Amino acid sequence: MSQVLAIENLSLSIAGARVVDGVSLSVAAGEVMAIVGESGCGKSLTAAAVMRLLPPAVRQEAGSIRLAGVDIARLRESEVRGLRGRRMSMIFQEPQAALDPLSTVGTHIAQSLRQPLHRVRAEVLRMLDEVGISDPARRIDQHPFELSGGMCQRVMIASALIGRPELLLADEPTTALDVTIQAQILDLLRKLARERGTAIVLITHDMGVVADIADRVAVMYAGRIAETGPVDALFAAPRHPYTALLLASIPRLTDVPKSVLAVIPGRVPGAAEFGPGCRFAGRCPLTEPRCEAEPPPLAPIGDGRATACWRWEQMV
Amino acid sequence: MGAITLTRYLASRIGQALLASFGVLTIVFFIMRLSGDPTLLLVPEGASLEQIAQLRHELGFDRPLGMQFLSYLGDLARFDFGESLVQRAPVLGIVAERVPYTVALAVGALVVALGLGIPAGIAMAVWRGGIVERALSGFVLAGQSLPTFWSGILLILLFGVSLRWLPTSGSDGFASLVMPSLALGIVAMSTFARMTRISVLDELSRDYVTAARARGLSRGGAVLRHVLRNAAIPVVTIAALEIGNLLAGAVIVETVFAWPGIGQLAIQSIQSRDFLVVQAIVLFVSLVYVFSSFLADLAYVVIDPRIRMGR
Repeated sequence: MSQVLAIENLSLSIAGARVVDGVSLSVAAGEVMAIVGESGCGKSLTAAAVMRLLPPAVRQEAGSIRLAGVDIARLRESEVRGLRGRRMSMIFQEPQAALDPLSTVGTHIAQSLRQPLHRVRAEVLRMLDEVGISDPARRIDQHPFELSGGMCQRVMIASALIGRPELLLADEPTTALDVTIQAQILDLLRKLARERGTAIVLITHDMGVVADIADRVAVMYAGRIAETGPVDALFAAPRHPYTALLLASIPRLTDVPKSVLAVIPGRVPGAAEFGPGCRFAGRCPLTEPRCEAEPPPLAPIGDGRATACWRWEQMV
Repeated sequence: MGAITLTRYLASRIGQALLASFGVLTIVFFIMRLSGDPTLLLVPEGASLEQIAQLRHELGFDRPLGMQFLSYLGDLARFDFGESLVQRAPVLGIVAERVPYTVALAVGALVVALGLGIPAGIAMAVWRGGIVERALSGFVLAGQSLPTFWSGILLILLFGVSLRWLPTSGSDGFASLVMPSLALGIVAMSTFARMTRISVLDELSRDYVTAARARGLSRGGAVLRHVLRNAAIPVVTIAALEIGNLLAGAVIVETVFAWPGIGQLAIQSIQSRDFLVVQAIVLFVSLVYVFSSFLADLAYVVIDPRIRMGR
């Protein structure tokens, strides 16, 4: 399978602190790659770097981001603009906030095609139908405030996919939605990715969402990838202590009622507190002196999996 | 669904404007009466008590306050503002003659204020932190800090006395409108620039801007297509208030430039104790305030579909 997106050794910094450090990952056509991690682990910044929409304070220190082989970081702004909406697009966490309150549904979607709405109206209507919006002829001229959150996210998806991009970045696309709507939106993303062969990078903090739709997953912690691999294998047998603890902290229906939620002791270190070694060392039950001193590289461990842990073999 | 909510919105705004106008009439009436016997303002110095009592009776100031208020409302309904005792002419004519000058001045000042202030505010927000913002913010700060009577005199010195490009005072066509408009508009320009800057910055930080750029719009494109319309809403509110402030500022500017508008008339009437003319001017300015707020409410309808739909 050809790689649509290949991120190699990406490092981003804010005021000298490496908030994303040596991240590498790739996604193939039609594949859903999830990036999972706590708030502030760098997953959203990674997505913003792919779109070249980083906040001004963030600098790309190193690494390459290749979209179908072309390094985005080396393109001129006007060239990147040509890619956005056409070859790569993005949907956001708060669909209502991501739509201009004063513009109509159709105006938003037509922008991805670089055409005024009246010229591409039929195409926009078809797209609205495809993302499951009923009565598109009425909805196309409505404003975001007349739509529910779930419908707004469908509009966002329509605007993201109408240009038939090879890559879709979905930054917490269901976090702000009701659980039932979440499932519908995830199904829709999955279906459209399959039909159109779109590669999806799905950013989430929700392991349930990952299990639902992702093919592969990268677990991030404090700006680095802790572990990556196919979802089923990784969930069945995590090879990084952080992944294992994350999975153990998901409440289950079979838990004894009112039992104490499992938590990972300690907290994520701030960017100023990063030591020379593994960033999870301070909270890890398997820590040994080497972990504090030397950062473990993300090393392949077979079956398409990789882990950044010196002691992963202890977990087998 | 929109038509009914829109009608209801407009009806409520018109109702509010009428109510506010009535409030203005009432307050103006009672302030004028409670600040002392108006007859004493009108009689010449050295008048005898009998003359005062006679004039008081002629003008009806010896009647109960309630009666006076009713006849005042009745007069207003017939656009009868009384007769100026100084000029021996109907007040309405005296004021109406001056209004076009002040309107021309206010429009000129608004053109200066909006035409310079809004682009400056947008530029300061879009090129935040750069040389453009620093240069413009110095300009805006100066405009805001210079008192009108001083900046007016500086303008006269520069364009009237040194360069001899423009007449120093008077009302001799368009050329003599330029300097008063600048002097009056500069302060409002600064207000618009600051408000526009804040409003645009606020909108620029919103998700929909990032999302628009993710669809392939340039930053400038996102500003033009999405940010400006959203940022306009608070600026319209300020514009409505600023029209009222311009009329207040006109009092000073018209005096500095000898511009024959109602500001100058107000000063002259206060000095000659022409009570009814002052009352009419206060009424006029207050009603302009009310009316410009109403215009702002109409502008929201055009800009914001949420108001059209009653959300």
